[in-house]
Amino acid sequence: MNLLTKKISKNDLIGVIVLAAIILVLFPAVFSIFRLNLIGKYLTYAFVGVSLVLLWGNGGILSLGQGVFFGLGGYCMAMFLKLEASDPISTKIQTTPGIPDFMDWNQITRLPLFWMPFKSLTFTILAIILVPAFFSFIIGVAMFKRRVGGVYFAIITQAVALILSVLIVGQQGLTGGINGITDLKTMHGWDIRSDSAKYILYYVNGALLIGCVILTRWVLSTKFGMLLLALREKEDRVRFSGYDVANFKTLAFCLSAVMCAIGGAMFTLQVGFMSPSFVGITPSIEMVIYTAVGGRMSVIGAVFGTLLVNFAKTFFSEQYPDLWLFLMGGTFIGVVMLFPDGLAGLYERYGKPFVARVASKKKSEPTVAVAAALESGGKHG
Amino acid sequence: MSLNEIGSMVAMQGFSGLSLFTVLLLMALGLAIIFGQMGVINMAHGEFMAIGAYVVYLFSQLTQNFAPGMREVYFVPAVVAAFFVAAAVGYLVEVLLIRRLYKRPLDTLLATWGLSLAMQQFFRTFINPKEVSAELPEWLLGAFNPTPSIQVPRNGIFVMGLTILVTVGVYLLMLKSRWGIRIRATTQNRIMSSAVGINTDRVDRFTFALGCGIAGLAGAAFTTIGSTGPTSGSLYIVDTFLVVVFGGAANLIGTIASAFSIAQAQSLLEFFLTSAMAKVLTLLTIIIILMIRPQGLFTTKVRT
Repeated sequence: MNLLTKKISKNDLIGVIVLAAIILVLFPAVFSIFRLNLIGKYLTYAFVGVSLVLLWGNGGILSLGQGVFFGLGGYCMAMFLKLEASDPISTKIQTTPGIPDFMDWNQITRLPLFWMPFKSLTFTILAIILVPAFFSFIIGVAMFKRRVGGVYFAIITQAVALILSVLIVGQQGLTGGINGITDLKTMHGWDIRSDSAKYILYYVNGALLIGCVILTRWVLSTKFGMLLLALREKEDRVRFSGYDVANFKTLAFCLSAVMCAIGGAMFTLQVGFMSPSFVGITPSIEMVIYTAVGGRMSVIGAVFGTLLVNFAKTFFSEQYPDLWLFLMGGTFIGVVMLFPDGLAGLYERYGKPFVARVASKKKSEPTVAVAAALESGGKHG
Repeated sequence: MSLNEIGSMVAMQGFSGLSLFTVLLLMALGLAIIFGQMGVINMAHGEFMAIGAYVVYLFSQLTQNFAPGMREVYFVPAVVAAFFVAAAVGYLVEVLLIRRLYKRPLDTLLATWGLSLAMQQFFRTFINPKEVSAELPEWLLGAFNPTPSIQVPRNGIFVMGLTILVTVGVYLLMLKSRWGIRIRATTQNRIMSSAVGINTDRVDRFTFALGCGIAGLAGAAFTTIGSTGPTSGSLYIVDTFLVVVFGGAANLIGTIASAFSIAQAQSLLEFFLTSAMAKVLTLLTIIIILMIRPQGLFTTKVRT
């Protein structure tokens, strides 16, 4: 931790502390558990947002398949929870007790082989990290070694997202089909639907997210981060300088995939189901817009961008459902055309000078606030 | 099963593959111009197709309400109008949006995705949230029987004819006309092209409009096969991109070959597997081939 903080500049540190204070103190204090659970769900998307800052904002590699990794993480977790929820006693009315209900509906009489290891929590947690890492490694090596990049990479990752969602929907007996894996109840006997569990999961999720934010900031401040940035600007020069570009790109892709998967797993835990609608093309592109709104270069911006877009989405789809897609489409176009640096860019231009002015006027107050945030942030995190 | 029956089954399955091929090819031709030649990732391409389909629907509604006697002939002007309406919208989009983003291809992708969302909602709000279908003229209905056991639907023949016409037209335009030379010169070397007196901005505008117009034609052809909904266009967009990439982005013959092989592979596999698995297998094969041969099936050698 000490090493981490040393690498992160003072400015970033304040940003992370403010973010932690908002997520871990302000939201739980202000919102009811129902709303907090909703925010927890949004924050799982923020994992994808942060991963895209690393991959797209800094590395210039636009993946339109981040939903794949979010989904893989989420499905791994859902498989574990589903197996626990379908013990022989609670499924005794089925033709074959002890297997998930959707398998029974699809005339499957034995648990498929690839479901077996998901009875173990240790295996599941390992799978959440290793399965997406493995797939992203394969895709990354295959594409980057052949110097497939930019637009082609985006299109192919998009096709991968399409494949996985069609596959999940098509194999109803093995995956739960279009409905996904539902009715998840307990984790090692711990009821994840109770209010106290929801609080705990929210804090775990928040802490993991802040961990990812700090990790990404740190990665970007290392030599590897510099290389990524250089890759984005002039890939050939990096190659001519003697670096194996493909390896660095693959590493960035794997890192981002694992982050998405953690988000997916936390999504399943907090929301209580997982379905192919979080895997396909539409969610994958929608998650890119979170990052674009927040600022593709800013890790903290991505979290705020995710929250903002999702608040707006919830508000508009409840109040003016017809307007939402217009607004969403407009946001895509507007962000790209007018604010390519997103919220973070706006803050850099207008917010920062303002904060600096205020800070120079009243020097004592911000330090007190930061100290307070540090204290409370440390308590919960 | 007699040999004759198997023969007719193969012929009909092959024809169903051909009809998927024509839809894919019509979609891909427009995209091959926009993406292959200009390098613009137009995620709203499917919505331009929907525009074409809705124009035909509009014509069919108008004929039904105001000139029922014209039912047999309205379709031809409707197809022409589909081209020009889609092209006009494309022209407008180029001027307002795409022109500012030529240097940032990935951002074009996001902006056009946003455009496609807004267009889908536009169709939903102002036309019809449900699927609509045009009233087809008599000569497009029914089937044509070359032998008693083989049935070839007439609309399929019409779409195929249209596809051949458009393909030949695009081929002549791109490779034989002065305009095509200008388009290719601009994509190959923009600075030199403008140095020899080609108005490259104007070429960009018309090229984009042409690609969108062809998407409109694809939509018009589509109305003879199925009904049109707000999201019909987006169903085909990924497949279409794969067709263009698989064929080798800037190559017309490649686009035709790849549309043909993808469509035939998918409809053949559908015969043995569920359609979902057929799609998965086809897409997976394309991706694996693209990983081995990223430049696609056919490539044009270009000095950059």
